[in-house]
Amino acid sequence: MSNNSDVVASGEYHPKPPFRRKLSFAWAGVLPFLIFAFLFLGLPSFTLFIGGFQDSEGHFTLANIYGLFTPSILSAYWVTIRISFATALIGGLFGFFLAYALVLGGVPSWVRSALMTFSGVASNFAGVPLAQAFIFTLGRVGILTVFLRELLNIDLYEQGFSLYSFWGLTITYLYFQLPLMVLVITPALEGLKKEWREAAEILGATPGQYWWHVGIPVLMPSLLGSMILLFGNSFGAYATALSLTGGLINLVTILIGSQIRGDVLHNPNLGYALAFGMVVVMAVTMSAYYLLRRRSERWLRK
Amino acid sequence: MKKNLIWSWFWIILSLLYFFVPLILTFVFSLQTLKDQFSFISYQRVFEDRGFIRSLIFSTEIGIVTIFLSLALMIPTVYWVRLKAPRIRPVIEFISLLPFVIPAIVLVFGLIRVFSGGLLPLTNTHLGTNFLLVAAYVVIGFPYLYRSIDAGMGAIDVVTLTEAAQSLGANWFTIMFRVIIPNLRAAIFSATFLTLAIVMGEFTVATFLVGLKSFGPYLWQVNQNRAYEGSALVIVSFLITWAFMGLIVLVGRGAGASDAAGPR
Repeated sequence: MSNNSDVVASGEYHPKPPFRRKLSFAWAGVLPFLIFAFLFLGLPSFTLFIGGFQDSEGHFTLANIYGLFTPSILSAYWVTIRISFATALIGGLFGFFLAYALVLGGVPSWVRSALMTFSGVASNFAGVPLAQAFIFTLGRVGILTVFLRELLNIDLYEQGFSLYSFWGLTITYLYFQLPLMVLVITPALEGLKKEWREAAEILGATPGQYWWHVGIPVLMPSLLGSMILLFGNSFGAYATALSLTGGLINLVTILIGSQIRGDVLHNPNLGYALAFGMVVVMAVTMSAYYLLRRRSERWLRK
Repeated sequence: MKKNLIWSWFWIILSLLYFFVPLILTFVFSLQTLKDQFSFISYQRVFEDRGFIRSLIFSTEIGIVTIFLSLALMIPTVYWVRLKAPRIRPVIEFISLLPFVIPAIVLVFGLIRVFSGGLLPLTNTHLGTNFLLVAAYVVIGFPYLYRSIDAGMGAIDVVTLTEAAQSLGANWFTIMFRVIIPNLRAAIFSATFLTLAIVMGEFTVATFLVGLKSFGPYLWQVNQNRAYEGSALVIVSFLITWAFMGLIVLVGRGAGASDAAGPR
């Protein structure tokens, strides 16, 4: 933006130094992209940010930020964070085991490529169809639920399970979390060099020692980074949760959705603060992911 | 080594069960419209419903416009940055990755706030609202598209190709459409199919902007009211996703599919 004012100012008084002109020329080519991003990405986010710090008359206030720390909103954040954490941890571990089995487990390569392709599909199969597929399977009258009850006499819902609850949501989210973990951790597993293992064995290390002193330290940044990515991935989920629980579970995204439909918080500005709070959490999450990924890439260079 | 292999198969089979049981049972469910026999009646009803065709066409159109706008925005930008302004590359990359930080629900919230009044009241007209939907999808697609196009341009030597074309007397139009774009075919195709896969079933943005007109919200609505047809639609929707992702693999590279955030 400052370049434009330079052009205006310099046109009237003194000729621009040549490198200036070159710089603004360089920016000119990306201007359409920048304008589009400003209008449909920057402006909406910025407006929410400003709105979060205003009262209904537009004066500056911190009341909305304090308002985020009321029990109902804190609990929404807390439930969202817990679900994201649970799915990141479980999805991360299981995804790691699956990726390990595929990359280093000695299975035929067609199994590996088939499952990698499927992971690409499954990590994009989310939202309403995913939630419905689980309802038809494990919902109150889902086929698996009925099958277990009629034929094996196990009544899941009598035992306290409910698909429309925390754990039900977790099981459902894993459907896109697990394959995503497989996709992002595979390069790290492929980066584990055979030579390291051989060197460790020649020096007399047991497999346990190899993993403890070499494998896990090398993989740690990727593992952590991938799980953080998974955390962010489920933190912003809306469609899956809404269609699974009908909006009954108190997630931040669900709360924002109700706020858009009809000001359930009775304070539009609190809604903006709520939305911007999500962006802050996501920003911290994704920054951590990129830092860790950069660290892990050191080992992956061939 | 033997033990290792057993564990591998254990994890693979467990995952396959987890992945396929819900799909198979949803399929079985969709065949049970009639009490005592399997039938495809639910599918027939889905295809006969005018809302189905209408919403599918609407979402396809939105998807196609999204792709053209994204490509028109991203290809010249990435090309320009590589050719003339490598110093601002980090800025473009940063902006392209920003949508990962902004959940779809927050994006649509902000878009509605900005464009439902003020200087650009886009939501007042159908055309404006549809454009806003496209714009939202273009933004959501930024990270995938940027990475795909940037990797594609990294694989060819853009500067040399451009200079060669120029020395043969080509103008910018010729360079773009006969040199650069043909060389990016794989990247463009994989970005296209991924965008289509995401846009076709997208729910969050669509439900707040255009509602039942688009496929995602329509699918949701049917599932609220008619379970058998709903299950048939779920299968159809999975097949659509599967088809687009399959096309990506067919085109050759899974690039772009390897990171977060489709329509959750």
